[in-house]
Parts: sequence; structure tokens; C-alpha cells
Amino acid sequence: MREALRVVAAGAGATIQDAGRRGYMRFGISGSGAMDLDLLALANALVGNPGDTAAIEIAMLGPTLVCEADRCRVALAGAPFVLGLNGQRLDAYTACDLRRGDRLTLGAPREGMRAYLAVSGGFALAPMLGSLSTHTRSRLGGLDGTALRAGDRLPLLDPAPAAQPLTLPAHHRPRFGGPIRVVLGPQADSFTEAGLRTFLTEPYTLTARADRMGCHLDGPAIAHADGFNIVSDGIVNGSIQVPGHGRPLILLADRHTTGGYPKIATVISADLGRLAQVRPGEAIRFEAVSVEAAQAIAREARQAVSRRLAAMIPAGGGSLDSAFLLACNLIGGVVSAEPHETAP
Amino acid sequence: MPETEPLPYRLLDCGDRALTIELGRAVDPAVNEQVVALDRALGAAGLAGLLETVPTYRSLLVLYDPERLPRATLAAWIAGHWPPPAGADGGRRRWRVPVHYGGAHGADLDALAAGAGLTPDAVVALHAGRDYRVHMIGFAPGFAYLGGLDPRLHASRRTDPRPKTPPGSVSIGGNQTGVSPPLELPSGWQLIGRTPVRSYDPTRAEPFLFSAGDLIRFEPIDRTDFETLDEAARGGDPVAQAEHINA
Repeated sequence: MREALRVVAAGAGATIQDAGRRGYMRFGISGSGAMDLDLLALANALVGNPGDTAAIEIAMLGPTLVCEADRCRVALAGAPFVLGLNGQRLDAYTACDLRRGDRLTLGAPREGMRAYLAVSGGFALAPMLGSLSTHTRSRLGGLDGTALRAGDRLPLLDPAPAAQPLTLPAHHRPRFGGPIRVVLGPQADSFTEAGLRTFLTEPYTLTARADRMGCHLDGPAIAHADGFNIVSDGIVNGSIQVPGHGRPLILLADRHTTGGYPKIATVISADLGRLAQVRPGEAIRFEAVSVEAAQAIAREARQAVSRRLAAMIPAGGGSLDSAFLLACNLIGGVVSAEPHETAP
Repeated sequence: MPETEPLPYRLLDCGDRALTIELGRAVDPAVNEQVVALDRALGAAGLAGLLETVPTYRSLLVLYDPERLPRATLAAWIAGHWPPPAGADGGRRRWRVPVHYGGAHGADLDALAAGAGLTPDAVVALHAGRDYRVHMIGFAPGFAYLGGLDPRLHASRRTDPRPKTPPGSVSIGGNQTGVSPPLELPSGWQLIGRTPVRSYDPTRAEPFLFSAGDLIRFEPIDRTDFETLDEAARGGDPVAQAEHINA
């Protein structure tokens, strides 16, 4: 029988996600993929995988998994979930080797919402439409298009870890929080000036209706200029629709591809990950930036990922072989070894 | 096809990695014609960094990687190639899609007919009697929004949308008609029939059948034919025929 991770308890909506699928929005299928691609890359790097390898995206309450492989390396990146190995606490952002029969438990996070559990070698699953990402509405990806269920066996491709386990020192780990930056439009002209001001000055609270498809917000109603129906057009990851009741709905990775409510703004790509850490009941504020500024922020965010990859060191001390990092194809673009931290 | 005037367009930013090229604000076959032409022209240009395009009723959504395809370069390409050449693809496809109308497969057919002052047979004859244009695929995988419905068949959406509708439902919502993929979708549209055609099947060599700009013609079939074709479709047969016609 193939080596696997067995799901003992499913947690709440944990799914297999990679970098998502591309080219199928025109057929009604959004890209899916990790809600925070940078965290996916970090978790994968810690276990020696390419950054876009499929991992388990965990939301709010993690699963319990049993190792059914001789050896397998795992690492968690993201919100500080309580992580245990056979009842003993483990550190996040630190690779850990499991042996057959080991039991990995993920509780709830102290703060934040999502994290990624990467497994050395990734999963032995067949891509559907070019990706392993789970999209439940289209019954695509993962084991059979669904979230993890108790009893599932997640087959592993090649779990025996090759090199030393890595850790990301604490001061390099991403922090969350802060305003959610947006580019106004594509239909900002569907709102009054007062409506736009409301959107950019008032806090909005995530409701319980928040998942991978989108999150409904509560807060002061945003005034439309002339009605709230448009002829449906395309929706991207981060599009903020404002239906008739005036409260925004942010559409995310598993969204509908088209929709008929005006979109006041779009969350910038670099802030989608931070948005994915906001819990129901928590408030966010929006801040408008230009397209050019958003593109510069995205470049900066990629450099921050590169710095974090370069800052990884062997777990338990020692020095890292940089040839190993390159061999693992971890780093795209500029690598700076400076331990300089920039807030997101 | 009549010559159409080049439309003015607007570039609307959708964040830092996408643009909507808006050609109009209403449902209009001439606008949709140019959306599809622009989509094909952009696809043929093969610009590096152009990630994905999504044709809709009245606009084209373009996803791009600003590191490889600067926004200004994309905008300049569009301006330099405006208007997109109509019919440059040498024609389009017309699909023949079998439908079993009414009964358990079209729960709202009788009520819709009564509302329109027609017999159910007359509704079927009108619905199956013309070509529809695929304005866009959206809402769900492979869901085809079709324009060109006979005004006598226009029918408002249900006041109580169904949380689940049968796979392959053929339905009417307002002035549009549509074909569902083989998924149980929530919908407030009036159900008039079901097709064994699976517009979406990720395990089939061709996972999707319909594209924006295609034509669809429905062909009434009986229950027995439905069952036979449904069985074939389950095995991966598209059971819908496409003919290529010149624009």
C-alpha cells in the first residue's frame, strides 16, 4: 500500500491547495489555489519542496493526521496553530520528521485563521485541469473534489526527506494585521462620493459567512450612485462587490467567475494573504492605492519572500548549504541574505 | 453578418494584475461580437505575461503579470489593434444540443406556458426553433448564458430560487436562456427541460464544450432518447454535435 497521511479528524474545511489552476475562468472555473501563496511557498521550502507544491490549507481548526510512511517531513507556516506530535508541542516554521504511526494534531490558532502544512515530496494525486487545488463547487482537486474527511488517506509521492530539516528564525516569520489596500474600481463610478468615503474610512467586520469563496462584511452601508445591478462581468481574486444592501462582499480564490453587482474596488495581490488571516468578528479598514503602487508593493512582497527563504537555517543549529537551496529550486528572483524585516 | 462600427472602449483596472476592457454596459449581440473578436485577437497575439482572458457579455477581463507584461504595454497593444478584426477566426461553431422538455425534466414548463398564454408544445417549438448565441460562460463551470430568446418566452425568475436544480437543466431567466453543467446548481431560473449533454466533464478529453461566441440549437428528444444519450454521455461521449459555419 502506498505511503500516506491518514486523516483521523478532519478539522474545519482543510483542503489540498497548490498555486491554483490557470486558463479556466473563461469556462466558469476560478483559479482556487492557496489563499496565501507566500505561506505556501515558505511551508514547502521548509521541507525541501518547490514553492508551488500542493500542501494542506488549514482554516481555524486543524486536522489530526497519522503518518503511514516510514519517514516523512512536515512543516507548518502561517497562523500560530497549536501543533502537536504524539502529544508533544512542536514549533511552527520548523520542519519535523515523522515516523510510521506518529500522530500529528493541529488545534486552533491563537490568532489568525489559516496555515499551510507542507509534506516532503508532496501528494501522489492526479492534477485535474492542471492543478491539485480543491475547488469543491466544481468537484475538482484534492482527493475527490472535497475538503479533507476523517478516514481519507492522502497518498504521498516520495516522502523520504533528502536533506536536513529547516527552520525559519522567529524574527523572520511573517506578521499579519494592518489595513487592506485596494485599487478602486472597476465600477467605482457606480457609487456616490459619500459612498466611496464611507468605504475608505469606516471599519468593516468579517461576518461568519467567510470562506474560500468570499467573505461578507458588516458595517455602514455604501451608497450606490444609480442602482446596484450591472450586466455581469468578470471577477478576480479580491474583487469587492457591493450588493443592494450596501455592505461589501470580497470575492476570493473559489469565487464565481462572473457577477452582476458593481465592484467598488479590488484588494491588491500582496494583501490577499493578510486578508486570509482575518477572522469572523474582526474588523478591517480599506486603504486606496494606485495600480502602480500596488505593483511596487507586490514586487516588494516577493523580495520579502526571497529574504525569508534565504534566512532559513537547519533546525537545531548548523549552517545551510546554499547549493541545496538552489537545487531545490526554492528561490526565484533576487536573494538577499540580509536579516532585514519589512512589515507587509 | 452586418458590418459593425468600432466601439469605444474603457480600460478599468481590477487590482494590480487584471484589467477589464469594457465595450458596453448593456446586453447587445454586437458588443458581444467584438468582445469575442478581441479575445481571439489577444489570444492569437501570444503576448508574454498575458495569463488568462475571460469574455463576458460586454467586456473582456484580462489577467496579466505586470512583471512580464507592463500595463502600459498591454494598453498600447489594445489601442494599436483596435478594432479587433471580426471573423478573423474564419467562422464559428453551432452546437446541436438534444433536450428532453417538460415533465420531471422541466418542472416549470407548464406554468411558464400558461403564463405566456401558450401550450407547452408551442413553448418547446419556439425554444427549439432558433439559434442562440453563447454570450458567456460563467456562474458555474460550463454554465452557458444564451442570448436570442423569443420575447414570448421571456419569464421572470422564481421568487423562491431552488437551492438545487437537476444537472443539465435548460432554463429561462428574464430574457435569457441557459444550459447547466452536470452539477446540481442553485437557481431561480424557470426549468423547462434537461439535456444529457455534459457541458463540463473534467475527466473527458475535451472538458468543456461551449465557448463564448458559439451558437446553440436545441433539438427536442423524448425520454427514451434522453436515457440512451445520458448513458453515452456518462461514458465520455459529448452527445452534442458541433458544425463549423462561416461568419
